[in-house]
Amino acid sequence: MMIEGDLLHTVTADNISARRRRLGRLLVWSTALFGLALALWQAAHEAGRLAYGFDTWRPVLYAYMLWATALCISQVVVNGEKGKRTLFVLPAALFVISLVVFPLLFALYISFNDWNLASPGGPRPNGLANLREMWHDGFYWNALKNMVYYVLAVSVEYIIAFALALLLNAQIRARKFFRVVFLLPLMLSPVAVSWMIGKSMLEIRFGPISRLLRDFGFEPSFFGSPEIARFMIMAMDAWTFIPFMMIMLLAGLQALPSEIIEASKVDGATGWQRFKEVIFPLMLPVSVTAIVIRIIFKLKLADIIINVTSGGPGGATDSVTSFIFREYRDRSNVGYGTLLAMVYLILIIIFVTALLKLVNRWMERPA
Amino acid sequence: MSAIFKDHDLGRRIKINWWTSRVAIYSALIIWAVICLFPIYWTLTTSFKLAPDVMRGNMVPWWDFTPRWKGWESIGFSPRLIGEVSTVREEFLKRFWNSAIVSISSSFLAVVLGSLAAYGLSRFSYRFGFMRNSDISFFFLSQMILPPVVLALPFLVLYKSLALLDTRIGLILLYTLMVLPIVIWIMRDQFQGIPIELEEAALVDGLGIWGAFIQIVLPIALPGMVAAFILSLVLCWNEYFFAALLTATNATTLPVMVASQTGSQGINWWSMAALSSAAILPLVIVAIFLEKYIIKGMAAGAVK
Repeated sequence: MMIEGDLLHTVTADNISARRRRLGRLLVWSTALFGLALALWQAAHEAGRLAYGFDTWRPVLYAYMLWATALCISQVVVNGEKGKRTLFVLPAALFVISLVVFPLLFALYISFNDWNLASPGGPRPNGLANLREMWHDGFYWNALKNMVYYVLAVSVEYIIAFALALLLNAQIRARKFFRVVFLLPLMLSPVAVSWMIGKSMLEIRFGPISRLLRDFGFEPSFFGSPEIARFMIMAMDAWTFIPFMMIMLLAGLQALPSEIIEASKVDGATGWQRFKEVIFPLMLPVSVTAIVIRIIFKLKLADIIINVTSGGPGGATDSVTSFIFREYRDRSNVGYGTLLAMVYLILIIIFVTALLKLVNRWMERPA
Repeated sequence: MSAIFKDHDLGRRIKINWWTSRVAIYSALIIWAVICLFPIYWTLTTSFKLAPDVMRGNMVPWWDFTPRWKGWESIGFSPRLIGEVSTVREEFLKRFWNSAIVSISSSFLAVVLGSLAAYGLSRFSYRFGFMRNSDISFFFLSQMILPPVVLALPFLVLYKSLALLDTRIGLILLYTLMVLPIVIWIMRDQFQGIPIELEEAALVDGLGIWGAFIQIVLPIALPGMVAAFILSLVLCWNEYFFAALLTATNATTLPVMVASQTGSQGINWWSMAALSSAAILPLVIVAIFLEKYIIKGMAAGAVK
């Protein structure tokens, strides 16, 4: 993953006095204690033990930010040049840790609680009841099954994207025009797409596509039967995201060494042979990157489903995200919804790790 | 040798082959271009239609229907209304500014944080506890697989107690988190492409590591940073999920506005079309003029 060794080596003689070190540590600890004290005070106020306090936890956030800043400054104060190097990564790391790790821990806690925002009273721990409910929740398993279909659709997207990339890489005129046009769908927000295509072009009575189908003698029904509805969602999602894979594959095609392709031409390979024996194998690493990233994006699919079908008919188009979204929005059943989300996260981590392992093993095998 | 003459059988066959391949390539290109452009064309033209035009299925302006400003009037943009005070326009502009401010500031924040981290990871070797450089990179990049649903509820509760619910700052923080891994991914690739000798020379000449980074490396990496910025901008502008859950009235962004209209207004097509057009237009313009950077950004990680 990283090219270790090709790094910038700096040799610095740091003479940091003990006093300076103490100062740096003092800075960190004092701000940390201050923040902690503030948080405890606020918690006590919230619990009703202290009369004086703030309306919100916002001051605690400021104290936390103060601590984070102090931590960054103290790196330089305590460690000198080494600290300056740490300063490159530390802000981003602090940012991600505080915005991901703490909320995740909190989510883990909530997911074992019975908590409905609509009912009075806060979260009540209920052990594994949520998990048991999930086990018997047909809609959740159905949404997971749909995710499998949606992920499988990536293979079709990949084929189309590869074909388009080959077209754009051919000797054509107006290449820039076609490239911009092919890129456009990626720029559109899924919400706008769901109106533009899902709700207006596919409208049964007046939509242009329905009209076209009727001219051919079919009776259009796009979101009536489960299979067609799912296919329509896949098509809309593909329409927006094919350019994404196409651009990556195009970049890969343009980076191919032209000598090899020339050589295969000289050796008398036909177009199809050239693609199958030379271009496709050389494109494998790029293809794998594009597919893996596309799958990761696909696992977050929700916006179009929420806005076009809201999961219907009968949950046939539900993705996990849109299902949990409705669980939050319509039922305010946050304890259960969060458990579903956490289970989904674990499944995703297992799936993606397995995928990466598989890909790595497969790529390392000598061709 | 005679095969190269044009009237020879073989020569003619090559010529025919060449022509058929040309025709096939261009027709495929044009078909896909139509697939890409037609929904945009449909939305733009529908925003100038009246109800009868929609029902009759008229498509070409001035040919089978007369363009009207009715749709654009519903969000307060038309030659007639442009001089007057219009509440719908203010409403729309408010959402527009929310979207603009949130997406620009979070992209900016992500590019700053992400570039620093990517530079550090591509130049120095770190050790935080058991984590080395590759582990830290993996930690950052692994955030990409984190689905938004997992964070939605904790943030709802967290923001409620921090009074950040329905504020732009709250959205900015979340969006920064969302695009940060992508920025780090692009920028790490950019920095690895810059020869290390440049900084070594700068260090010899007496600059510190931060001086070398800001004065020498940043100007070279600027196109890559622009690419990362624009890609983040696109993602943030289009984000719907968090905006729908975490904002209510003040900080609502354009996608939420578009989504909230679809349900309530039935087939009020012209206004929906105008709203959708207005929501997608900024990015369409960005795509046309800054296409180079978008492609650069997406290509960065693909080709090693």
